[in-house]
Amino acid sequence: MPDLLLELFSEEIPARMQAKAADDLRRLVTDKLVAEGLVYEGAKAFATPRRLALTVHGIPARQPDLKTERRGPKIGAPDAAVQGFLKATGLKSLDEAKIQSDPKGDFYIALIEKPGSAAIDVLAEILPVIIRTFPWPKSMRWGERSAKSGSLSWVRPLHSIIATFGPETEEPDVVKFSVDGIETGQTTFGHRFMAPAAISVRRFEDYEAKLKAAKVVLDPQARKDIILEDAKELAFAQGFELVEDQVLADEVAGLVEWPVALMGSFDEEFLSIPDEVIRATIRNNQKCFVVSDPKTGKLTNKFILTANIEATDGGKTIIAGNERVIRARLSDAKFFYETDLKTNLEDRLKKFSQIVFHEKLGTQAERIARIDRLAAEIAPLVGADVAKAKRGALLAKADLLTEVVGEFPELQGLMGKYYAQAQGEDAAVAAASEEHYKPQGPADRVPSNPVSVAVALADKIDTLVGFWTIDEKPTGSKDPYALRRAALGVIRLIVDNALRLPILNVARAAMLWMPGSADAEKLPSDLLSFFADRLKVQLRDQGARHDLVDAVFSLGGQDDLLLVVRRVEALGKFLDTDDGKNLLAGTKRASNILAIEEKKDKRTFDGAPDAGLYRLPEEKALASAIDQVKSEAGAAVQREDFATAMSAMAKLRPAVDAFFDKVKVNDDEPKVRENRLRLLNEIRAATRAVADFSKIEG
Amino acid sequence: MDALPAHMRPERSFQGFILALQRFWAEQGCVILQPYDMEMGAGTFHPATTLRALGPKRWNAAYVQPSRRPKDGRYGQNPNRMQHYYQFQVIMKPSPPNLQDLYLKSLAAIGIDSSLHDIRFVEDDWESPTLGAWGLGWECWCDGMEVSQFTYFQQVAGVECAPVAGELTYGLERLAMYVQGVDRVYDLNFNGRDGADKVTYGDVFLQAEQEYSRHNFEYADTTMLFEQFKMAEDACRKYLAAGWKEGSNQKEHLMALPAYDQCIKASHVFNLLDARGVISVTERQSYIMRVRELAKACGEAWVHTEAGRAV
Repeated sequence: MPDLLLELFSEEIPARMQAKAADDLRRLVTDKLVAEGLVYEGAKAFATPRRLALTVHGIPARQPDLKTERRGPKIGAPDAAVQGFLKATGLKSLDEAKIQSDPKGDFYIALIEKPGSAAIDVLAEILPVIIRTFPWPKSMRWGERSAKSGSLSWVRPLHSIIATFGPETEEPDVVKFSVDGIETGQTTFGHRFMAPAAISVRRFEDYEAKLKAAKVVLDPQARKDIILEDAKELAFAQGFELVEDQVLADEVAGLVEWPVALMGSFDEEFLSIPDEVIRATIRNNQKCFVVSDPKTGKLTNKFILTANIEATDGGKTIIAGNERVIRARLSDAKFFYETDLKTNLEDRLKKFSQIVFHEKLGTQAERIARIDRLAAEIAPLVGADVAKAKRGALLAKADLLTEVVGEFPELQGLMGKYYAQAQGEDAAVAAASEEHYKPQGPADRVPSNPVSVAVALADKIDTLVGFWTIDEKPTGSKDPYALRRAALGVIRLIVDNALRLPILNVARAAMLWMPGSADAEKLPSDLLSFFADRLKVQLRDQGARHDLVDAVFSLGGQDDLLLVVRRVEALGKFLDTDDGKNLLAGTKRASNILAIEEKKDKRTFDGAPDAGLYRLPEEKALASAIDQVKSEAGAAVQREDFATAMSAMAKLRPAVDAFFDKVKVNDDEPKVRENRLRLLNEIRAATRAVADFSKIEG
Repeated sequence: MDALPAHMRPERSFQGFILALQRFWAEQGCVILQPYDMEMGAGTFHPATTLRALGPKRWNAAYVQPSRRPKDGRYGQNPNRMQHYYQFQVIMKPSPPNLQDLYLKSLAAIGIDSSLHDIRFVEDDWESPTLGAWGLGWECWCDGMEVSQFTYFQQVAGVECAPVAGELTYGLERLAMYVQGVDRVYDLNFNGRDGADKVTYGDVFLQAEQEYSRHNFEYADTTMLFEQFKMAEDACRKYLAAGWKEGSNQKEHLMALPAYDQCIKASHVFNLLDARGVISVTERQSYIMRVRELAKACGEAWVHTEAGRAV
C-alpha cells in the first residue's frame, strides 16, 4: 500500500514549539485520513529547526465505496414530490428505485452508490486545510502576499512543501495542491551552511537518507542522543563528567540540524562563584552544558557548546567566540555575586517596605513581619528554637533583592542560604532561606530541619490565610497565587514530619495580623475544608481511597491533619477486611432503615434504648456489644491508637449481623419498634467514634 | 568589490565597518538614510521604520541610528554597556523572500564567514509596548553572541502591517568588537589608523558616557522633564487634530510627521525620568500607555497621508 511523505520547509521554528508541532501534524493528518475511511498502518512525524516532516505508511490507494439508501415519497405521491426525489438521487426514473413497505405504507427507496475517491485526491483536499489552520501557538504573515487579507499564517515564513504519495516499488506521485502560492513538489534543501543545495526526494527512506548526506539529522531524538553522547565523551576524555540536563538537551536539539559538540573553558577564577550561579549563567543565557570534576563533585572550568556546523577550522573560532561571551557573562555574574556579598541581608530589608506584595495584603515588609511572628508561634509546636525560627523568617526573603536573584529568579532561596552562611548565620537559619520554599510540588523534598519547617509553614499559612481574607481563592483551573500548592505543602510538611499542629488555631493566629477583616469563624473552617480537598486529591493521586477523608472530616473538629491522615489509613485497612466490609454494610443498612422511619414518623430516634424493652437475645447482645465497643474504641481513639479502635469496631459486626438476621425492627408494638430504632441509632453513634460511615462509598 | 584601503576594512575600523554595511544594503536597493535628528531609544523609532512600515507602498531603507538608553549608562565603567550606542537598521517592505540570505550575506560583507562561525536564528518575539508594535523573528547568534535582531513586523503603532516589513537591527559596537577582537568597547579602533593617528571609540565617546551618566542619573532636571512630557504630549495631539485636511472628512492628513516627532520626544523624556527613578512602578505603566496612545494616533494619521496610504 502507498505511503505519504510530507515536508513543510520554513525559516527557523522556535525550539520549544517543534515537538508539539510534529505531534500535531501527525495527529491532524492521520485523524483526517481515518475520518475519510483511509485506515493507515503507521505514522511518524519529525521536526528540525527548519522543517516539519511526516511519513504515513500503508494508506489504501482508494477510499472504500459508500452505499447509502435514501427514502423517497410514498407510492402514488404527487408528481412534484417524485420529480424532486429523482432529481436529488440522480435516478432516471422510478423503475430504478426499490419499493419498501413499512406500517406507514409503501415507499420508494433509492440505492446510491458513491465510489470512493483515490487517496491522493483526498490528500490533495485535506492537506492544504490542515496547513492553513495549523495550531501554532503564535503565527505570522510575511512578504508580498501579506498585503492581502486571508494570506497564510505560519510560525515563520514557509518556503516549500514536499508531498509525495505512492507504493514502495514505484515512482511516487506528487500530491498536487498549493498553499498561498507555494506549489507542492519533491524538492527540499539541506543544511543552511554546509549543504544548501536543492535535493530531490521521492519517499521517506530516501528523504531521510539524502538529508543525512546533506548534514541534516531529521529525528530530534537522534540529535539529542548525539549531543549527549558527544558531550559526555568530550568531558570524559579530559577526566570530567558532563552535568546532564535533559531539558537543555531537548532545547539544543531544536536549535541545530547537525549537532557538533565542542568544549571550551573559562578562567578558573570564576569557580569562586557558586556552582548553581555558573550553571544558570552558562545554561540559561548560552544554552551550554557545564562539566564537573568527579574527584570533587564540583564544577570545573569547562563548558560544552553545541554548534550547528562542522567548521573549516575544526571549531577553533566558534569555541573562541563562545568563550568570550561566557567570560563576559561570568564576569557579570561574579560582579553580581560579589556585590551581593557586600551587603548584609538585614540591610536589604528596609527596601521591602516599598515593594507591594499584593495591593490588599500590604508590602513585602509587612508580609515578612507577619511570617516572622507566625514562625515564632509555630516554632514550639514543631520543636524549633523560637529565636532561630524568627531569625530564619526575617532573612528568608532577603535575597529577592539581590543582583544574582534578579538575574536568575530560579536561584531564590539558595542564594539567601549562601549569603546567610557568608555572614555567619546559624546553619539552621541559613538553611531556612532555601528550604522554606519547599516542598514546591508533589515530587519535591520536604524539609525536616525544624527551623525550616517552622518558616515554611509560616510562609505558606500566611499566604493561604491572606488570600482567603481577601477572597482570592482558586477557582476551577485558575490558581494564580499557587494556593493549592501551598496547601499541599502544608499537608506534606505536617504528615512527613509527623507534626501535631492545630491548624485552626494557627490560622486564627495568622488572621490576627492580616490587614482588613474577615469572618473569624467562617474563614478557618473554610480553609480547613480546602485542606480536606487537597488531602483527598493527594490520596487519590497516591491511589488511596479519598472518600474516607470526608468520612473523617465529617466528624467535626478535625483540624489535626496528622491524626486525620492516620485515621484515614487505619480506616482504609479496616475496610479492606471482611469485618470492616460487613460492618460498613450493617451500619449502612441501619442508617437506611432509620432514614426511612424517621421520614415516616417525622422525628428522630435519639436517646438511649430502654433495656426493659428488649424482647430478643440478639437485641440484648447488640446493646452490650455497642457498649463494649463504644468504650473500647473511645479509649483507643483517646490514645490515638486507631488500629485498636478499628479492631474494637470489628467486634460489633457479629452482633449487628445477628440482629438483622433475627430481629424485625418494625415490631407491631410501637414501644418495641421505637426502642429498636434507637438501638439502630446507637450503631451509627458507635461507629462515629472512628468515622462517619455514611460518607463512605460502597 | 573594489580594493579597500586597509584602514577602511570592517575588521580594522568602526567607521569602515559601518560603511561596509551601508554599501552592502545600498546594493540591495535600500535608500541609505542618515540618523534621525532626535533622541530615541532604538532605531525602530525613526519614522523611516515606524511610519514607513505602515501602508501598502514599497519601502527599502537602511541607516545608522544613535540609540539613547539613559538607564543603561554606567559612567564609562562597563566594558559594553552604554547610554548611547549605535544601531544599524534595515527595513524592507514587503519582506523579501530571501531576507535571511541577505542578512547572512551582510555578515559576510563585514567579515563574518559562515563556514567558520556558528550562526543561529534563535526565537525572539519582539514587542514594543510604547510603540504599540509587535512582530515575530529571532535573535541572531554568532558563536553564542547575540549580534542582531530580525523581526517580521506584524503590527506597528496599533496598525496591522499589510504588507509585512522585515526589520534587521545590528548592534554595531558589539559586532565590531567581535570582528576587531576587543573586549572593551572603548578600545575599538574607530578610524582604522595606527600609532598617533589612531582614534578609539573611547577617544570619541568615553567622556560623553561619563557626563551623560551623571546627567541621566543625578542631575537631569525632573521638573522640566515632567513639563516637557506634558508639552510634547499636548503638542502631538494638537498637531494631529490640526492635520486633518479640511473637508476630507478625516480621510487625509497633512501633519503626521511633525506630530510623530512629539511622540518620539515624549518617549525619550519618559526614559530620562525613568532613569532618574522618579516614576513609580504603577505610574510607569501609565506613562507607557500615554506614549503608546500617541504612537497609535500618529500611525492612524500616517496611513491617511500621501506616503502612508494606498495609491
